[in-house]
Amino acid sequence: MIGEELIQLLTPEGQRIAHPEYESTLGGDEVFSFYRDMVIIRRLCNEATSLQRQGQLALWAPLQGQEAAQIGAGRALAPMDFTFPSYREHGIAWTRGVPPADMLRIFRATTTGGWDPQKYRHSVPTVVLGNQALHAVGYAMGVQRDGAEEAVMTFFGDGASSQGDVLESFVWAASFNAPIVFILQNNQWAISEPSSLQAKIPLYHRAHGFGFPGFRVDGNDVLAMYEVTKRALDNARAGGGPTLIEAYTYRMGAHTTSDDPTRYRIDAEVEMWKHRDPVERTKALLAREYKVKKAAFDEVASEAEELALQLREDVLAMDAPDPITMFDDVYADAHPLVNEGRREMIELGVSGPR
Amino acid sequence: MTTTTMTMAKALNEGLRRAMEKDRRVLLMGEDIGKLGGVFRITDGLQKDFGEDRVIDAPLAESAIVGTAVGLAVRGYRTVVEIQFDGFVYPAFDQIVSQVAKLHKRTDGVYTMGLVIRLPFQGGIGAIEHHSESPEAYFVHTAGLRVVACSTPNDAYWMIQQSIEHDDPVIFCEPKSRYWEKGEVDLDNPPRGLFDAEVRREGSDVTVVAYGSMVKTALRAAEAAAGEGVSVEVIDARSLSPLDLAPMITSVEKTGRLVVVQEATKSASVGSEIVAELTERCFYSLRAPGVRVSGYHVPYPPSRIEDAFRPSVDRVLDGIDRVMGYA
Repeated sequence: MIGEELIQLLTPEGQRIAHPEYESTLGGDEVFSFYRDMVIIRRLCNEATSLQRQGQLALWAPLQGQEAAQIGAGRALAPMDFTFPSYREHGIAWTRGVPPADMLRIFRATTTGGWDPQKYRHSVPTVVLGNQALHAVGYAMGVQRDGAEEAVMTFFGDGASSQGDVLESFVWAASFNAPIVFILQNNQWAISEPSSLQAKIPLYHRAHGFGFPGFRVDGNDVLAMYEVTKRALDNARAGGGPTLIEAYTYRMGAHTTSDDPTRYRIDAEVEMWKHRDPVERTKALLAREYKVKKAAFDEVASEAEELALQLREDVLAMDAPDPITMFDDVYADAHPLVNEGRREMIELGVSGPR
Repeated sequence: MTTTTMTMAKALNEGLRRAMEKDRRVLLMGEDIGKLGGVFRITDGLQKDFGEDRVIDAPLAESAIVGTAVGLAVRGYRTVVEIQFDGFVYPAFDQIVSQVAKLHKRTDGVYTMGLVIRLPFQGGIGAIEHHSESPEAYFVHTAGLRVVACSTPNDAYWMIQQSIEHDDPVIFCEPKSRYWEKGEVDLDNPPRGLFDAEVRREGSDVTVVAYGSMVKTALRAAEAAAGEGVSVEVIDARSLSPLDLAPMITSVEKTGRLVVVQEATKSASVGSEIVAELTERCFYSLRAPGVRVSGYHVPYPPSRIEDAFRPSVDRVLDGIDRVMGYA
């Protein structure tokens, strides 16, 4: 169904499969650590969904199903690389070291950002579709001018691939030979719209039209995602220019907690993708090839459980900020209208801890 | 003090050159700004002297010109982008309003959005559609942006440098009808701060506030009014966000009458904001309601009839008559 162009190194059953151009370079310990990342981010994501259902978050955008696409791509990054996410890149944020509680701040609506993007070299979530792709290319142009051996990565979905900003970012990346890797997570659905509405050709083909290579990778195969991304990043750092990687995957959950996917897609499709689960296939490989025992898997599960509990604790402790903080950092320098608002709020006695 | 006479276009060119000499992280990006030197020749010769890496001919997509400048700002560069004409800024509106204006806030101050968006604005050059607009109010309305407008070569020379040095994003409005008019430029000392208004002519009966192209129109009207015995004070707003209200308040407290002149349409405009602010702050000094002399509420007309759209000396004088008509 997906076609022979799909780059895959690990089948849904957890069997290795040969590819003419790529092979997995990962040892057992590394595969296990990728597995750990995927289990943890899935568990944290489930906790966030529960927190939203319990009224503790304004919204949540779950990543279930896309763990391999994000952990594989994220783990291929070098520390100095810089990443520009949309709003569902919790797995990437995890690989960049962003504390899980910080990922939820924007969804608890206590901030419009969440973390220090320079500290983690991971920009803040971008909600307007595709805007971040241009920021990433601009940053990459800066990397070029600095003569630095760094790469830039940005993320968007099949829906955002229709946005002008994404297509313009392709033009710019090609024209300036920018050191950038575009990760297009094709999770098949843009809220209720199927990816077939966004494109009549495989999405990765678009790269060829812009003049740089594009690949379709099994986005539920963490080994393939890692290898293809790593090679694209190395190529970018070496001056080889941009690459588009279409991570062919599936959004197992809703678009966000405000969405009801039962209105637009059939159960059979979801069932089919359950058999392609990224976590289960990695687990099968680990058990069979590396003889990882149940105890080790259980240990990861309990670590994930502890992190989820910690996340819950951190989120519940996150209070609304003092309203007066809305006036902070609007400008780098004083602006009289901001000062006027701040003064009025103080006079009205609205400020103070919530 | 070294002064020299040059056009506003040349003053902008020299200002950009000086900023690039001072700071290697200053870049220019825009359509046709390299070999051609821009359609108005503002960047003439700069690519030759600073190279293609610093004076970047951009593919034709305004959202990308601004969006990539955002990424360059994250990397620590200060990019001056040229939007070729006012009416072509709208494809970049999303990036300007959603990202340029908000990223400093969204990152708790970590990202400095030190970029300048140069906007040749207003009409009066006999152009075709979309080449003569006054979109400044859209940006003045948006928190996180600063908006300035130069009206003389000296201001152009200094304000472009001050905008580049400023850590906030600046929408830099250039009155294209004044590009070729000459004036004295002081190469040693800036006239005043970037966000300061300036009294261009002192008077005692009426305060006229204008910016960009309309400063000169207002000064001509003041000269004509003087012949009829009406003393007009002309204030060049220079900064539209923030507005420098202090000299306007001082002036209106003296004259008791206010006229604002702008090419933009009246509704929810900079002129409306100035009238509202001064009504709030100088209510007991005002002897007449503030009057806005504006473009009409129509799309910018075909340029063969643009002189009937843009406030003329006569229309400014009519506005002055209206406020003088109150006792």
